[in-house]
Amino acid sequence: MNQTPYDRVKLARSSGRPTGLDYIRHIFQGFIELHGDRRFADDPAIVGGVARLDGQPVTVLAMEKGHTARERARRNFGAPHPEGYRKALRLMKQAEKFGRPVICFVDTSGAYCGTGAEERGQGQAIAENLMELSTLCVPIISILIGEGGSGGALALAVADRVWMLQNAVYSVISPEGCASILWKDPGRAADAADSLKLTAEDARSLGVIERILPEEDLGKPAFFDRIRRLLTEELSRLSADPDLVGKRYDRFRRIRS
Amino acid sequence: MALIKFLKPQNQLETGGRSAAPVQQDAGEPEKTCPNCHRQTPLSRLWGNDLVCACGYHFRMKARQRIRMIADPGSFAELFPSLRSDNPLNFPGYRDKIETVQAASGEEEAVLCGTARIGGQPCCLFVMEPYFMMGSMGGATGEKITALFETASERRLPVVGFAVSGGARMQEGLLSLMQMAKTSAAVKAHSDRGLFYAAVLTDPTTGGVTASFAMEADVILAEPGATVGFAGARVIEQTTRKTLPKGFQTAEFLLDHGFLDGIAARREQKALLTDLLKLYTGGFGHESNAI
Repeated sequence: MNQTPYDRVKLARSSGRPTGLDYIRHIFQGFIELHGDRRFADDPAIVGGVARLDGQPVTVLAMEKGHTARERARRNFGAPHPEGYRKALRLMKQAEKFGRPVICFVDTSGAYCGTGAEERGQGQAIAENLMELSTLCVPIISILIGEGGSGGALALAVADRVWMLQNAVYSVISPEGCASILWKDPGRAADAADSLKLTAEDARSLGVIERILPEEDLGKPAFFDRIRRLLTEELSRLSADPDLVGKRYDRFRRIRS
Repeated sequence: MALIKFLKPQNQLETGGRSAAPVQQDAGEPEKTCPNCHRQTPLSRLWGNDLVCACGYHFRMKARQRIRMIADPGSFAELFPSLRSDNPLNFPGYRDKIETVQAASGEEEAVLCGTARIGGQPCCLFVMEPYFMMGSMGGATGEKITALFETASERRLPVVGFAVSGGARMQEGLLSLMQMAKTSAAVKAHSDRGLFYAAVLTDPTTGGVTASFAMEADVILAEPGATVGFAGARVIEQTTRKTLPKGFQTAEFLLDHGFLDGIAARREQKALLTDLLKLYTGGFGHESNAI
């Protein structure tokens, strides 16, 4: 494997990869989608609902990019508006109320940069999620399945365990954005991708994630079966932990430069 | 609501307005040109007016100057002064950049933290430094803010914070991003203890700081005309291919859209924060009032 970090970025973005809904369909049983933030709208870029994981009720959230051109446009290419984050928070608070674990699938180039998103408080919506997730009293596992684009990804990744697909990336800024700000040259995106340390291996050595999920059989039943088993095992460990919230605090607390 | 009166700066130079005669000045005294009204004002006069132009424009202010303006004289005791950023990712050029910025700003990091009194009210205070990489949040920045909220939780003190930031610091990659979660968790723990946090957003407050502790306060104020937002205006224009409405992402725009409690000009900030600190720590059943 001689892939550069920028190759990984391109892989993470490629439309052939399974999207959030594929994970929901193949890992869980009896998914019931629940819509809307009860404030303004329903954001198709984040899908949420309840389902069973090996029989256990769970709350599932997934950023969805869509497969076809039409679907991708409808899903806003997986770039959530504030409504998406507020819907996610609503469903997570509900998970807490009913004692269900939360599983998130993260895949976004970033929170949407638009006029309406700003008018309705994109920053505030993300901030509120970061705050509320830090003390949610049920286990949370987040899996980065493609792009982990900055705060827009983190808003669903304040979790007890954060896992990444082998070719997923996680970054504070896109390599193109970084190159154009720092070097006034978006063409140097590959250099930026090197410097940003955004691969799954980098994230693990920085202590930002716990586990890298191999991509053998990506999208095939065996692939999803493997993830289902890992989730079930990890959730039973987390559910038995009496100091979940304290450990979640420490998990982020120890990360400094 | 009482906060509305803070919408307009009531400073001594206000009466003249845009059409006022040019300010008399001593020959050779350095002056500053206002980007809003283009008036030139001697620096000494601006300093006497908390760096606010006669037209009400709020110039950028160094963190230490702001502390002098807002904290009671001699009350600020700095915490964690030696915490500074390393170059954890070996990001090209970052170490040089940090050293240059440290030399130019005289600060070790993009935020100053400490305990202070404001109008006699004890509090923890953080002030971000616009002259340090525009207040960008790296690992040490997040560490200092987190540690300040933890100190405030332990000592049962309210927190007053002045935000200014271009967002998370790119050169520390994911470690910067994680500071958003880390600071937010510390704000939540402080809040869950029933303690008060007031934030004042100054020009500009954007990106990862807006999307974390800046927007998590019990009372959120902003300085007049300050740019406050998540995404940069240029990025939004490129994404949407539309011209942005006038006044987009200004403090006044956020107030209209329900994301601020009020706008407070510099001259009014100390009195307002003092009042808020008294009101929010003097509630019935609050520990300090317990018999």
